[in-house]
Amino acid sequence: MSTQPEPQPSPRPPDRNRKHSATRSLLRLWPYVRPIRWRLTASTVSALLASLSALVIPLVLKNIVDGPVAHRDTGGLWQQGLLLLVLGLMEAGLFGMRRWFVARPLADVELRMRADLYAKLQRLPVSFHDRWASGQLLSRATSDMYTIRLFLAFPLVFLIVNSSVFLTGIGIMFGLDWQLALITVLPAVPLILLCSYFERRYSAAARLAQDQNGDLATVLEESVLGIRILKSFGRHRTMAARYRAQAELLRETELKKARLLADLWAVIVGLPELALGVSLAVGVVQVAHGSTTAGTLVGFLSTALSLRWPVESLGWLLAYSNEAATATDRFYEVMDARPADAADDTVPGTEASADAREPVVTSTRDGIRLEGVRFRYPDAPADSADLLSGLDLHVRSGETMALVGLTGSGKTTLTALLPRLYEIDGGRITLDGTNIREIPRARLRELVSMAFEDPTLFSASVSENVLMGAPDAGEEALQRALDVAQAQFVRTLPEGPATQVGEQGLSLSGGQRQRLALARAVVGAPDFLVLDDPLSALDVHTEALVEQALRQVLAGTTALVVAHRPSTVQLADRVALLADGRITAVGTHHELLESSPEYRELMSGERAEDGSLVR
Amino acid sequence: MSVTETEESRAVTEQGPSPDAVLAEEDRIPPASADGEDIPVPPGAPRALLRSLLGPHKARVALAMLLITLQQAALQVGPLLVSYAIDRAIPALRDHDAGPLIAVAAGYLGCAAIATLLQRSFIRLSGVVNQAILLEMRKRIFRHAQALSLDFHERYTSGRIISRATSDVDAVRELLNEGLQELLSVILSVLYIAVLLLVMDWRLGLASLASVVPIYFFTRGYRRRSQVIYRRSRTAVAQVIVRFTETMNGIRPVQAFRRESANEQAFAVSNGEYTEANAQGLLSMARFVVSSRATANIWITGVVIWGAVLVTQGSLQLGVLAAAVLYLRRLFDPVDQVAMFLNSYQSASAALEKIAGLLAHEPSVPEPAEPVTLPARTDDALPGRAVDFDGVAFAYRTGKQVLPRFDLRLPAGQSVAVVGATGAGKSTLAKLLARFYDPTEGRVTLDGVDLRDLATPELRRGVVMVTQESFLFSGTVAENIAIGRPDASREEIEAAAKAIGAYEFIAALPEGFDTDVRKRGGRISAGQRQLVAFARALLADPAVLILDEATSSLDVPGEQAVQRAMSTVLSGRTAVIIAHRLSTVEIADRVLVMDQGHIVEDGTPADLIAGTGRFARLHAAWRDSLV
Repeated sequence: MSTQPEPQPSPRPPDRNRKHSATRSLLRLWPYVRPIRWRLTASTVSALLASLSALVIPLVLKNIVDGPVAHRDTGGLWQQGLLLLVLGLMEAGLFGMRRWFVARPLADVELRMRADLYAKLQRLPVSFHDRWASGQLLSRATSDMYTIRLFLAFPLVFLIVNSSVFLTGIGIMFGLDWQLALITVLPAVPLILLCSYFERRYSAAARLAQDQNGDLATVLEESVLGIRILKSFGRHRTMAARYRAQAELLRETELKKARLLADLWAVIVGLPELALGVSLAVGVVQVAHGSTTAGTLVGFLSTALSLRWPVESLGWLLAYSNEAATATDRFYEVMDARPADAADDTVPGTEASADAREPVVTSTRDGIRLEGVRFRYPDAPADSADLLSGLDLHVRSGETMALVGLTGSGKTTLTALLPRLYEIDGGRITLDGTNIREIPRARLRELVSMAFEDPTLFSASVSENVLMGAPDAGEEALQRALDVAQAQFVRTLPEGPATQVGEQGLSLSGGQRQRLALARAVVGAPDFLVLDDPLSALDVHTEALVEQALRQVLAGTTALVVAHRPSTVQLADRVALLADGRITAVGTHHELLESSPEYRELMSGERAEDGSLVR
Repeated sequence: MSVTETEESRAVTEQGPSPDAVLAEEDRIPPASADGEDIPVPPGAPRALLRSLLGPHKARVALAMLLITLQQAALQVGPLLVSYAIDRAIPALRDHDAGPLIAVAAGYLGCAAIATLLQRSFIRLSGVVNQAILLEMRKRIFRHAQALSLDFHERYTSGRIISRATSDVDAVRELLNEGLQELLSVILSVLYIAVLLLVMDWRLGLASLASVVPIYFFTRGYRRRSQVIYRRSRTAVAQVIVRFTETMNGIRPVQAFRRESANEQAFAVSNGEYTEANAQGLLSMARFVVSSRATANIWITGVVIWGAVLVTQGSLQLGVLAAAVLYLRRLFDPVDQVAMFLNSYQSASAALEKIAGLLAHEPSVPEPAEPVTLPARTDDALPGRAVDFDGVAFAYRTGKQVLPRFDLRLPAGQSVAVVGATGAGKSTLAKLLARFYDPTEGRVTLDGVDLRDLATPELRRGVVMVTQESFLFSGTVAENIAIGRPDASREEIEAAAKAIGAYEFIAALPEGFDTDVRKRGGRISAGQRQLVAFARALLADPAVLILDEATSSLDVPGEQAVQRAMSTVLSGRTAVIIAHRLSTVEIADRVLVMDQGHIVEDGTPADLIAGTGRFARLHAAWRDSLV
């Protein structure tokens, strides 16, 4: 196994373009920010007022020192004291308000963005999900959302506030003593330059660390998902070495980050302190010469201290804004993807209306018809042949057709075309005479029920999992479906059909999951049934029982059944042989055994008569 | 105030470990059961984990503490120098004595330079320590997750292990990197300021320090509230993650069964809970900020007025008041930082607890303390080894009996087919032999050696199991096959693929054996995955091979290729084959029929078929289904 980091499957916009487009990216957040714009404004104003009142406090201190204290005036002291108190309380209250204004609205922005992302992802075609690792999608739904929320809560507000405070503070300092002010402000220029220099290098390192973290998570995820294989072969040391190598790469990057941070902080802490030291000395000289007062010096130093945070913060506020821009881009990479149904009817959230104008599926009982169907996966190499190249097949109404073919010939792919999990590249598919492109997806998928080769159960109860196939079906239908699939084991589960299964529930064996998936497919007595090798994980005995029960279901249904075994084939009225992207033979099991050497070989394993394996 | 808003400042801060600060709080946190985990955390496990992680770095940790202590000292001298400048340097200068001024200027600049350099060294040093700790923690979690037995993995689910090694480690990292330095700086600065204030003027000092009391109570109250909210938020975000990944990984059935709207409703619930927890957290933070900052400002006002009164009365010097005011503002600045620290501390301690719980979980299939090697084979002997189930019984942890006590001997080189209905105990038998589980009674031996006495590498040279699931690791096809024997040459890998009938489809992939299975064009069907799994097993060349329904997705020609390979390449090896397909049975020397944990029939295929038992009936039914 290679120890090199896997390149991220999702293309990131190149870094160079970042700088120019960061603002533009962030502007795209407007639809989400719009509803909370007033509260956000109120929050910014509160923060600004709070910061400014914090800035006035040193001035009051100066007045106290220069006025009442210098003149031994107790009355004036109380007056100034009251002012100090009011300012202090204002500052506290305003900072509280700044948070209070946006606490719930910002959480809601995150909520809406996440909900939209989820809704969007559910409606993107399967081919989109083939391209994107689920971890990449997950990080968009969690950490990116968090980054954006934090950006709206702090960097956005404080970029405005801190710039204002900085300018005001400089104004005050110049008002107090322009010479001291000049000494103090001068280092701000190299400070900001150095900060942005380090920030840039730091964010590059941070991004690298993020990627390496992702690679580390991938190794981990695989080692857990493939634990049976690793245990079978005793390969956990190999895997651990691979993990360690990745983790050490990450450590190197993290150490680089720490070193950059150390330098950055040295600059941030050091420069202003040095400037303050110089202005202190100059100030002392001035006070000694009587060109300024002790109070002014105290007020000045106090103001200068107050400005450290606005200056220090600029660098990382910008860096964070950059990060938020990346997060926004990542969010819109998904949101901008074309949904499966952009071209036609159903738009997310409008299924009901789409259903209303659904073309009536004609009553001509024509069954399933595929004509000249062509298909290739979008990520297939350009020079490869189409997986399905002009495929014709007709499954008569009420008929059960078995689909056979060598491993990798495209059987599973074909089944995914009927409910439009993938779109065909050419030809047409009709159900009872209606082109499936003209049937809204929701309706189409109601008509066509599926059982997948890899039976996925969701974190829900057994009955919820089965009734997914027909939400309106009752208890009776559930029992019937479980009986057909020979899933009587459900009754012996701790809570019967109410037992939770899936990632957060009881884990079931492959055979058990497959039977539940089969029950799910048949529970709604669908018009069209597509079963992908539905019995592969069942033992001979159970398989026989399922077949018996399934026969009755299939009798009233138009069905396409992918089969690897003679026993499964025998469920079918006729058999279609898929080879080289076409249906090369159709007939009953016995007819094909007679007429097709390929089929004979596939079913019995005996070589074709000319002695060559048919490929 | 200079650093009023501090969530933000965390992003640029960094630093160092303070075990004691964490340890002091460890006991107060009840066991994490928020996401319904059933792993009990042994008392003291998080503490022991922390101690063992920090142990090797004691000297560095001590040095880091020293650095930050000195750094804070240098930083806190500033206002003292201001006070000195106002009270001494100004009058001296008026008397044309520049000495005190030069001393002040040199002192201030010197302290600034020293503080800067110390800070830099501290960040670097603690970065090294932190990263070493994190690396060690990651390695331990990984190794431990790999060492834990299958029954654990079946219960604990992959998502939880992944979140232990990712988001939980991240939480600890955040505390190490950002939280602890802040806490240390805060504690130290409060201490220094307290001492300085007391030394400068004990009255002002005491008055200022009294403010610690209300602020302590506010902080404690905030900590309690945020802890509750924080837990809710962790549980809620876990729900969000689970729903999200489940949907994305099962997008085909989701779309095929039109689950979109129902999913959205369910997701909205989890999403809403998470949002609510977040909003509560933000509001609670807002309340804390208001109350603590208001208190601080009231206190400053009080001290300033009192100090001013003292100055007017002549019992306090002006410079001292100025310094005291500057110090006071510094004293209260970190209040919000404390709140942030509490958040990351709570997050990290909950995470550490979960990690400790995982690490404290003993593998139910432990490595032997004193490993034994298998007896050496003579050259003329068969490559297979004899297997004995010696009074073996197996029950689940719940006490449910799966295999009642039985004895079984498989001579070296024999291939045994095991048939029976789902739940008859076939897989359990196989997993006992592969030592995925240990028997609750009796022992399983390989050439007379108890499996429990074999170290993993020795065990896996002896026994290899191919299961029904055929997971592919990221990497090339060749690399996936090479898992069977990492040092195998390309020729050997290709030979294994050829022998199993997988060569043709692999060669037809865009880059042949070098095709990355996770990249463009690397789409590999379920049946093809099983062939890769077989090639892997073939390459491993074990003495005993177990096939647990390993041909379920293969078509008939594929299965036959596998069988041909097994009868030639694996001849002489001991094999246990669990299969639904009775075709497999024909290549077996012996058939075991299992029912409800018992071996009900045992004999050669021919004998059993000729008889009138279950197998004869099954076989007859199967024959009928054939061509």
